[in-house]
Amino acid sequence: MQRYIAGRLAQSVVLLVVVSMLAFGLIHAAPGGPGVLLAPEMTGEQIAAAEKSLGLDQPLPVQYARWLGNVLRGRLGTSYGQGLPVTQLIAARLPATLELVMTGLALSVIAGILIGVTSALNRYSLVDHLATGVAFFGMSVPVFWLGLMLIIAFSIGLHLLPSSGAYTLGAPPSLGDRLAHLALPALVLAAANLAQITRYARSSMLEVLGADFLRTARAKGLPSRAVIYHHGLRNALIPIVTVVALAIPRLVGGVAITESVFAWPGMGQLAVDSALQRDYPLIMGITLAVSVIVVAANFLADLSYVFLDPRVELR
Amino acid sequence: MARAALSRNPLAVASAAYLIAISLTAAGAPAVTPYAPDRIVLGAGLEPPTPRHWLGTDQNGRDEFTRLLYGARISLVIGVVSMLVSVGVGTAVGTVAGYSGGALDALPMRLTDAMLAIPLFFLLLTALAVLGSTVVNIVLVIGLSSWMAAARIVRSEVLRTVHLDYVTAARSLGAGTWRIVTRHVLPQAMPSMLVASTLGVGQAILTESALSYLGVGVQPPTASWGNMLSHAQNYIFASPLLALWPGIAILLTVLSFNYLGDALRDTLTPRPA
Repeated sequence: MQRYIAGRLAQSVVLLVVVSMLAFGLIHAAPGGPGVLLAPEMTGEQIAAAEKSLGLDQPLPVQYARWLGNVLRGRLGTSYGQGLPVTQLIAARLPATLELVMTGLALSVIAGILIGVTSALNRYSLVDHLATGVAFFGMSVPVFWLGLMLIIAFSIGLHLLPSSGAYTLGAPPSLGDRLAHLALPALVLAAANLAQITRYARSSMLEVLGADFLRTARAKGLPSRAVIYHHGLRNALIPIVTVVALAIPRLVGGVAITESVFAWPGMGQLAVDSALQRDYPLIMGITLAVSVIVVAANFLADLSYVFLDPRVELR
Repeated sequence: MARAALSRNPLAVASAAYLIAISLTAAGAPAVTPYAPDRIVLGAGLEPPTPRHWLGTDQNGRDEFTRLLYGARISLVIGVVSMLVSVGVGTAVGTVAGYSGGALDALPMRLTDAMLAIPLFFLLLTALAVLGSTVVNIVLVIGLSSWMAAARIVRSEVLRTVHLDYVTAARSLGAGTWRIVTRHVLPQAMPSMLVASTLGVGQAILTESALSYLGVGVQPPTASWGNMLSHAQNYIFASPLLALWPGIAILLTVLSFNYLGDALRDTLTPRPA
């Protein structure tokens, strides 16, 4: 067991290094350099001096090694655009993003399992067909457009919910205000994720319902409810853990768009801005932070799998 | 046989009909609409739908219906060509991995796992901001970031067929690796690849629209469904309908590709129930 954990941990670290190399190579491959150096009034000498002070005149492997060395000492550098430490900028935005992602994830997992299991128990019924339709809709709808439509319906049309931000400016902080601002973005994020979880929950439940151990449980004379919920559901939920972990990279992409639509003050918006301004240290910092979260989620999912399902053999 | 089975699925038939109709209308856009897609008419902005302008006009007085048709050209072309790039790369990676085995199998597949585990959307955004948002770059960036599913599918199909008797027979007759792969192994993977490709077009269209919405996709004045939505958001109070049409176009198109892909999966890749 310990060997398995150590092995997976080493794999995760290698993966993070590969991701950071990919990202580093990508952003430095471009002609033009960072946005701050594109100011038209700068002379060639001034640009060269600025590049030198930022270390951009060094060969790429040297720059990467320097960046990695700083990361290992807990430093992510200073944002070109905002002049503040990257760690400070990320720390300021991370809580809002986590709040949104966690709420969206929780909503989609709960609703997805409920809908998927109901579908499986009533296969080919009206409910099942409706759920399939909803799943296809969720797979096919552009996240940002769904956001715009909800804004038109609930903010502009019904005046029920606010359309942007995480709280009302100038108003005293209250839980109701926070929840009202969270409702639409979390709903949009959940909708984008719902389809996958519903489909997996349905097929996983169907598979378990046809399994031999379930027939045995019925043959023992257990009541139908106990068979379905105690023996069936528990086993059907195991693969869902993996699906949730696999959904996180997509969810992170969705959060960048959702935050843009609703002007949510999170990391997604910071990422979009830093990419557009070619703010190298900030892009690298955000990519690293997000990759760590994603890789950690996958690692935990693999571990929980071993604990949840005794049939899983360690290799 | 497959066609007969497909024609019994009314949703798949409707999806195919819609996709053919929208492709033809987009291709023949100049004959369908009298307006030019990027001719700005001052003082005629944000008009509601009228017999002259079926879906009204946008903020610059351009006919919304015309821009939807011309936007369809860009969005569909980007969707289809990105899919071709991603299926091409995926097929190459999957074939090499499945046929060679050993290190040539392990390395590409670990790379595939790595690509699936990282938040690619940020990297797409950065790549386009840095490289410039030309249509070619958009296609390459979407294609090169979405080949992993195709690679896995092709690899498993290659693994399945490579030891079948007729492949062994072909090899004993002296057929070379290239001939075995292209004539005997890959054709077996065609049904699964067709399903993955159909679903892939829809995903690519969604990605393009999201990139355009964030401003790093198709650049104005060229219309794409994504950048039309991005501009419509600025006029969401004055003219909420402008935000409706491009979204419906994307939704119906992606939905059609998804339904079609699903129906193809049911008919082309039968599994024991």
